[in-house]
Amino acid sequence: MILFWLVAILIAAGVLAGVAARWSDTAPRVICLGALATDFGLCLGLWSGHYPALATIGPPRWFAELSWNWIPQWGIRFHLAVDGLGLALILLTLFLGIMAVLASWRGIQRSAGFFHFNLLWVLAGVMGVFLAVDLFLFYFFWELMLVPMYFLIAVWGYERRIYAAIKFFLFTQISSLLMLAAIVALAVLHQSATGSYSFEYEDLLSMPLAPGTEMLLALGFLAAFAVKLPAFAIHTWLPDAHAEAPTAGSVILAGLLLKTGAFGMLRFVLPLFPNAARQLAPWMMTLGVIGILYGAVLAFAQTDLKRMVAYTSVSHMGFVLLGIFAMNDIALQGALIQMLSHGVSTGALFILAGALNERLHSRDLRSMGGLWDTMPVLSGAGLFFVMASAGMPGLGDFVGEFLVLTGTYRVSPVLAALGALGMIAGACYALRLVQTVFFGPNVHNWRFPDAHWYEWSVAAPMMACLLWIGLYPQPVLNVVRPAIDGIRHQIAVSTLAKR
Amino acid sequence: MLNLLWLAPAFPLAGAAVLALFGSRFPRKLVSLLGVGSIGLAALVSFLVGWSFLASPPPGNAFLLPLWTWMDAGSFRADFGLYLDPVSLLMLVVVTFVGFLIHVYSTEYMRHDDGYARFFAYMNLFVASMLLLVLGNNLLVLYVGWEGVGLCSYLLIGFWYRDPANVRAANKAFLVTRIGDTAFAIGLFLLFTHLGTLDIQQLMQRAQSQWEPGSGLAIAAAALLLAGACGKSAQLPLQTWLPDAMAGPTPTSALIHAATMVTAGVYLIARTQALFRLAPPVQLAVAVIGATTLLMAACSALAQRDIKRVLAYSTISQIGYMFLALGLGAWSAAMFHFMTHAFFKALLFLAAGAVIQALHHEQDMFRMGGLRTELPVVFWSFVIGGSALAGLPLLTAGFFSKDLILWQSWAGPNGNIWFWLCGMAGALLTSLYTYRLIFLVFYGPPKAHVAARPGLAIKLPLVVLCVLSIVGGYADTPPHFGGTPALSNFLNSTLPALEEVHVGPITEVTTALCASLMFAAGFSLAFVLYYRRRVEHPSETALARFWSAGWGFDQLYDGVFVRPFIWLAAVNRNDVVDAAYAGIASAAQECSRVLRLTETGRVRWYASGLALGSAVFLAFVLLTR
Repeated sequence: MILFWLVAILIAAGVLAGVAARWSDTAPRVICLGALATDFGLCLGLWSGHYPALATIGPPRWFAELSWNWIPQWGIRFHLAVDGLGLALILLTLFLGIMAVLASWRGIQRSAGFFHFNLLWVLAGVMGVFLAVDLFLFYFFWELMLVPMYFLIAVWGYERRIYAAIKFFLFTQISSLLMLAAIVALAVLHQSATGSYSFEYEDLLSMPLAPGTEMLLALGFLAAFAVKLPAFAIHTWLPDAHAEAPTAGSVILAGLLLKTGAFGMLRFVLPLFPNAARQLAPWMMTLGVIGILYGAVLAFAQTDLKRMVAYTSVSHMGFVLLGIFAMNDIALQGALIQMLSHGVSTGALFILAGALNERLHSRDLRSMGGLWDTMPVLSGAGLFFVMASAGMPGLGDFVGEFLVLTGTYRVSPVLAALGALGMIAGACYALRLVQTVFFGPNVHNWRFPDAHWYEWSVAAPMMACLLWIGLYPQPVLNVVRPAIDGIRHQIAVSTLAKR
Repeated sequence: MLNLLWLAPAFPLAGAAVLALFGSRFPRKLVSLLGVGSIGLAALVSFLVGWSFLASPPPGNAFLLPLWTWMDAGSFRADFGLYLDPVSLLMLVVVTFVGFLIHVYSTEYMRHDDGYARFFAYMNLFVASMLLLVLGNNLLVLYVGWEGVGLCSYLLIGFWYRDPANVRAANKAFLVTRIGDTAFAIGLFLLFTHLGTLDIQQLMQRAQSQWEPGSGLAIAAAALLLAGACGKSAQLPLQTWLPDAMAGPTPTSALIHAATMVTAGVYLIARTQALFRLAPPVQLAVAVIGATTLLMAACSALAQRDIKRVLAYSTISQIGYMFLALGLGAWSAAMFHFMTHAFFKALLFLAAGAVIQALHHEQDMFRMGGLRTELPVVFWSFVIGGSALAGLPLLTAGFFSKDLILWQSWAGPNGNIWFWLCGMAGALLTSLYTYRLIFLVFYGPPKAHVAARPGLAIKLPLVVLCVLSIVGGYADTPPHFGGTPALSNFLNSTLPALEEVHVGPITEVTTALCASLMFAAGFSLAFVLYYRRRVEHPSETALARFWSAGWGFDQLYDGVFVRPFIWLAAVNRNDVVDAAYAGIASAAQECSRVLRLTETGRVRWYASGLALGSAVFLAFVLLTR
């Protein structure tokens, strides 16, 4: 039941926030924070309730579950469930949600009610994606993320917002339709095998598939997830969408929407289609490495701060793709850590870019320089997050990248070595960012107020979070381990069955 | 007492955190107190720990302080712990003590800087990272410190960030060392994958039991670690960043770019010496890199006119000696030279800082002169530090440590006449460029006005380091002359003992005599050229310019790597991949435009279209039936 409330609170608060804007400008913000904080508390309760059991006894498959009949004649159920993987990601969702609300405290003045309505509904969609174990319901939430996000970009974005919003919508929608076809095909196959339709994750897991069919369906799912991730060659919606979206939109896009792609691969592609996944693995890993290097080089070349940060996402998510398809326990856990810490570090960089834009009214790197002079606190925080993003040990991203590459080395030393070159390329864009934004002479003679209270209240928890993941990631690793083991078990079983 | 070890990195770390968060609001006195006090406490802890270690050595002459499990990801596990043995104890004491002196010095040197608190925050963070590097029980913990010192080095080189040149120098330092670090990281992947742990002690044991000497994996692993060491320690081919790193404040150059961080590569190789012994070709490469670097850098030092760049090239050259020693298998000789070098090079840099400050930030030696009487303490610091660097026989620390390396370059297991000759030539060049500096700066007619004289906070560290630059050498005196190699003996529980394989025709006595001769020759040459004839202008020959520019490595790398990368990135700024999608979009728009042409609004046109379509359809149906 708690899972229902997690989503329902956000949906209801979204409507309420939309209405409340009539009374006051602050009301929607407070309602948003309240709803997200309530959810966050509930999730922490789930975490702490199950954490002790993880070490001692084998944990149950799901920490919490909820299953209602929805459309029985097609075997569709309203079925939510959460395991360690989902829990880690919904915590990230709520955390970044709170950060996004705080970060747009001053920045969003126009129709604040509708803005916060969209914000909460995107977050509800993301939560649903991480919780749904009925594929129909999953698709429902998958689409629910899309529309409010479209509005966030198209209404509150920057100059090229319409172009970016349409591009985002088309890329996501076309690839999602391929996934929908694959989902329906799975249900039909289940009907022909057992006589009844089913969209249930657990039912479909145990369903044998012919190799050709399996590959085709895997590609259908992969299309949707690889676009969201994004993998190299289908990444070009990302810089536009990230750069044109308002700060909160960028934070949610980079921090969460990209993660739904990676989550989809972990939850569905690997367990449902293990043989196909294994066949595709070398290709996907190669795509991951290309993404790491290509994204970093493009980030280095950008002149727009938000586009620069956007391309670093392509690079970082390349590590995630690499880790997922390396498929061993080290790399998979590394990919998960990378997802979490990328969400925080890149989210923080987008918030920083938003804070600078509020002051300079520009995202152009050439209009910046020497900002340390006038804003030492904000610049120091910026330096911290840039270094996190460049994989400085002791901070979150390093743990993720290191585990991914260590795991990859077992599978392919060459790809691991090439991926490691991403550390050098990452340093290139990180140094360029610091150099052009914070260092150098303050030629434009900017004079700005330093960090406001709401900026501090965003930066401090995000720093703490990165330090925590960087120095003591064990609580996260312990929680996701059973889920990761489950995925690997599924792959191992199918290997045995094939023999 | 040994359990207090964690306090050594914890004090500076806490100092850095407090200063970074609140330092800008604190009065300067409080900043000094926190910044210097934290290092002072760390030094105190390390003395206490050292004393207790010596007084009652722990079993196995090593002590492990486990702190927490850093990550346990199924088959991967890394613990966060501190490991103390003679080698890390030596590093610990040197880093904290020399660090403390340099922090004291900085309170005066940086007193007018508006980034006072920021400076101490970075410096404290540096010491904390360096201690983590030295004490880490696990290669991954060591790597945290390794990258941490790199970060602090970057921040401090670019400390005066308003000047773009400083920022460029900082970027260069970070990137060039990052290249080595990446190789190091790949080495870690390899080591973990094949040996299943990153704990240094276990790793060395497993390497010895599982890998044959000369096996491919051992060679690959050692080579990757060597690349990391070359980056950090500014050895060929990754040496180019160090001369530019002199853009940082002088105390930074003394602490990071002379005494401690740049010797991290030496420490890494000494720490993993078991692995290097399994890879003889790589060990030979270490020696060759060391010998080549020491000669090339010494030549470059000879052609510089900036006082700090002379010292920077000298540092590269002296670390070359340490690498030579490591490659020879004279592990403890390398550590001995590390120690004495930390003393005299820190002394020289701090003294150079005093000169620079006295002359209004003048760094060109050809615009100095006659400072002997104006700045007596600084002068004597230079004489003592320089003589130690050049190896003034029997009196100075540098003589003993260098002599040990020179003797091993012949007598050691990997020794041969070539290494011995390189070492001797290096000794000659070292003596020449050192006294060139001293004669140019302190003798002759005064050319610049002395604006400020050093105060106590600058003089005191200089005096202490002067004493150490003389006394430090007696820690290890050659047994052939009736001395006791106390330091080597102390390090023997961790590092293999020195061996003497080749005896005759070169003996230890000949080596010492030759080294003394080289010292005297260098000194005399400098005396003739820069005291008697008083050369007033730097040499402008092609060779001098080539040496002065560091043998053209900057231009080479610029042309081969930097420019192509920037060009490639700039060309593809708009992402060629997106062009494909833009193509699809414009194709769709074009189709729409063409199809729109059919929409004329004329009924006759529509009717004929309808008729034609029906005819085609009917024909299709009838013909294909």
